[in-house]
Amino acid sequence: MELIKPGTHINFAGVRRYAYGFSLLLILVTVISLITHGGPNYGVDFAGGILIQMKFNRPTTAQAIRDGLKGLNMQHSSIQRFGAQEHNEFLIRVQQEEQDYEGLAQKVQTTLEQTFGKGALEVRRVEMVGPKVGQDLRQKALFAIFYAILFIVIYISGRFELKWLMSIILALALMAAVYLASMMGAGVTWLIILALLVTLVVCFIFQLKFALGAIVALIHDVTITLGVFSLLNLEISLTIVAALLTIVGYSLNDTIIVFDRIRENMRKSRKEPLDVTINSSINETLSRTILTSGTTMVVVLCLLFLGGPVISDFALAMAVGILVGTYSSIYVASPILLIWPPQGAPARSGRAKPGGRQGKKKS
Amino acid sequence: MDRNLKWRAALVLAAVIASLIYVYPSLTSSLPTFWKKALPEESIQLGLDLKGGMHLILEVQTEKAVESAIERTIDEIKYSLQKARVPVNSVTQVEGQQIGLVLARPEDLPKLNKILDEDFRYLVTKGTSEDAGRLNVSLGMNPKEAVRIKELAAAQALETIRNRIDQFGVSEPDIRPQGEDRIVIQLPGVKDPKRAVALIGKTARLEFKLVDEANSPEVALRDGPPPGTEILYHVQTDKETGRTTKTPYLLRKRALLTGEYVTDARVTIDQQFNEPYVNLNLDAKGSTLFERITEAHVKERLAIVLDNNVYSAPVIQEKISGGRARITGSFTMDEARDLAIVLRAGALPAPVKVLEERTVGPSLGRDSIQQGLNSIIVGLLLVLVFMAVYYRMSGVIADVALCLNVLLIMAALAAFGATLTLPGIAGIILTIGMSVDANVLIFERIREEVRLGKTPRAAVDGGFSKAILTILDANVTTLIAALVLFQFGTGPIRGFAVTLSVGIVASLFTAIFVSRLIFDYLLVKVKMKAVSV
Repeated sequence: MELIKPGTHINFAGVRRYAYGFSLLLILVTVISLITHGGPNYGVDFAGGILIQMKFNRPTTAQAIRDGLKGLNMQHSSIQRFGAQEHNEFLIRVQQEEQDYEGLAQKVQTTLEQTFGKGALEVRRVEMVGPKVGQDLRQKALFAIFYAILFIVIYISGRFELKWLMSIILALALMAAVYLASMMGAGVTWLIILALLVTLVVCFIFQLKFALGAIVALIHDVTITLGVFSLLNLEISLTIVAALLTIVGYSLNDTIIVFDRIRENMRKSRKEPLDVTINSSINETLSRTILTSGTTMVVVLCLLFLGGPVISDFALAMAVGILVGTYSSIYVASPILLIWPPQGAPARSGRAKPGGRQGKKKS
Repeated sequence: MDRNLKWRAALVLAAVIASLIYVYPSLTSSLPTFWKKALPEESIQLGLDLKGGMHLILEVQTEKAVESAIERTIDEIKYSLQKARVPVNSVTQVEGQQIGLVLARPEDLPKLNKILDEDFRYLVTKGTSEDAGRLNVSLGMNPKEAVRIKELAAAQALETIRNRIDQFGVSEPDIRPQGEDRIVIQLPGVKDPKRAVALIGKTARLEFKLVDEANSPEVALRDGPPPGTEILYHVQTDKETGRTTKTPYLLRKRALLTGEYVTDARVTIDQQFNEPYVNLNLDAKGSTLFERITEAHVKERLAIVLDNNVYSAPVIQEKISGGRARITGSFTMDEARDLAIVLRAGALPAPVKVLEERTVGPSLGRDSIQQGLNSIIVGLLLVLVFMAVYYRMSGVIADVALCLNVLLIMAALAAFGATLTLPGIAGIILTIGMSVDANVLIFERIREEVRLGKTPRAAVDGGFSKAILTILDANVTTLIAALVLFQFGTGPIRGFAVTLSVGIVASLFTAIFVSRLIFDYLLVKVKMKAVSV
């Protein structure tokens, strides 16, 4: 059985302008969404606060719970349904600076029992994070992201360009830039942005084409996944950060496979114009790309629909990440290789124009 | 080739058998006796999010320990100065960690310094200033001493809390220090999280103080307590309505007896009122002290104060020898038991603050396991069927590799004593999807080689060799991400990083080694004519 017949030839590189446009549109939507929502929706892990998951033994509404909490002056907390309708589970989230969270879950239970009756509700889960720990976790998450990017950038530039010297220089440049910035007191978020910018610039200047393509695809994937979460107003928790890092790893996975094929074909037919090579490489690996993404998607969807509400946000992040990751390997990472004018060969007319003013994707 | 085949097969077989042995304990609740003697019996550890339980991070407020030390030092300085007949106007605690001393005669400074050098080495003079004929001396704690006190407080707090939890009776608690002043506690399967937190967090400072019978609490509330006294409350919570009433008591500040003299505390039921109360045993020194106190203050009230809460203030009927005291107070059985526990384990050297608390109820844990397993089973089945249909015989080979993969992951978890969490289950599911990738890469290459007209042997060889580098390459990046997550992650996320990493390594093994083995076997032994792919 074959989904993709051999000899399929879709002109991927040719439509790259549309692809860029589409990607830019998605990123724009993400940025607007983040601005409108005032940044990412940080869960208790990062913002501090207390989250209580309660299960009621009969159907009820968020409003009823809200009314029940008036006694504690908590009617303004965030109350959301959790999971399927028939489970009657709700999430109560309280986040106030001076709030003393100790024993709060107990107080909430006792107060609600006065309205709903004793034994009518069960506290299934409590997550309380004090402001100090919230800050710690934010730092940890950011450092994790930073180091992951650092190692991956070094690996990509070394592996792809086979210019290990280059990659060491890049690593040193990164570390120097970051060190200077941290001396000047920049927060970890800025360090990450700085690291990414330095990488992009270095790759551009030194024509580390493959590395650039891979990194741009990475930034693209993570940004759009964040955008989806922002649009749906879902919380960013530690687990979601873990999902983002996994998406980074997985998306690169994809990209590497396509790039390997491109390089193999470039070696085989040196005279061929780059856009033709890219096209044929993508077409050759299309079968594999769709299959792997397909199977991973299938299992992630199983997790999304069967895994229960606690893990469903994570599954959603993975699903979006896989989708966008596959798209970016084909339509974003590879065409970036065409940004530079080909060396030596005269510019060919044709559907795909090399060089040009495509610009780069930046988050 | 034949011998090669044989020992490769033996290796895989050994891996399979080892895996089965490691996984078996997790599947049954009772192991046969012969098993327990030689074979591993650890079942897979479940994380708190699957088992239910509580995770706490406490911070020991070591600053307060330093402040208490300063408090005690002030008393000692006053005593020493009195003995040396150095008149002093006041010795007070300034901003918690400093001492302000006012000498009546500035020329006494050398005498003061002598005393400080001899008995109070750990204090440093911060400054002096003359003011209206008197000398203000400002003293602080030597930073090294402060650090020592803080470290000691943190260590003591850890021990005391460990003690309390041991007595509370939680199976397999995990109590560890973190950093300089934090304690991480995991209580799997704890039935009553509220009690546990209350028990752990209680400072439990027990003090016996005399009630000031000369003045009235109401007057003191209005005008402020007279010097040497303080107002503390007896808090009563009505069990039905939850309303609290606070009765003020005017007590003399100085604690006549403290909890450090308590050697034992037991819960007993009062025969008359059928109410539980706590019986205290005092050590020799404490007994003597108690005897003296009760002798000197018959008919006065002695308040029993715990963490600045008045529990009761009974009238001293007579001198009490034998070092026994009782604490009553309309306790429930649980409350009495918990009080006995903290009194036995001792007071915390400094208060603790709960920085983070995550509790998962057992019912949610069970649900999560169920749902996680469902996802694995359904996901696995779908992928198995798909691979068999799409790649035919080769697909079946990939399926075998995949099942072996899942087995290896579970075995590795059991063997390393790693913890399985809900994100960990997600990691297993991801691995199922991603491990297919390695096989797909190989099979697509083999298909290409077959299309180019190569023989089955050559096609398989070519497919494998071309794909291997790419496979290794591609999985490295996900492995990097997993390792970073392991380093920086906590609890559930670590579980995810572990299963993902193990899964990737296992899938590399099964795809490269095991699949190859099966192909070779088919080619050599079964003399496969065409590659079914």
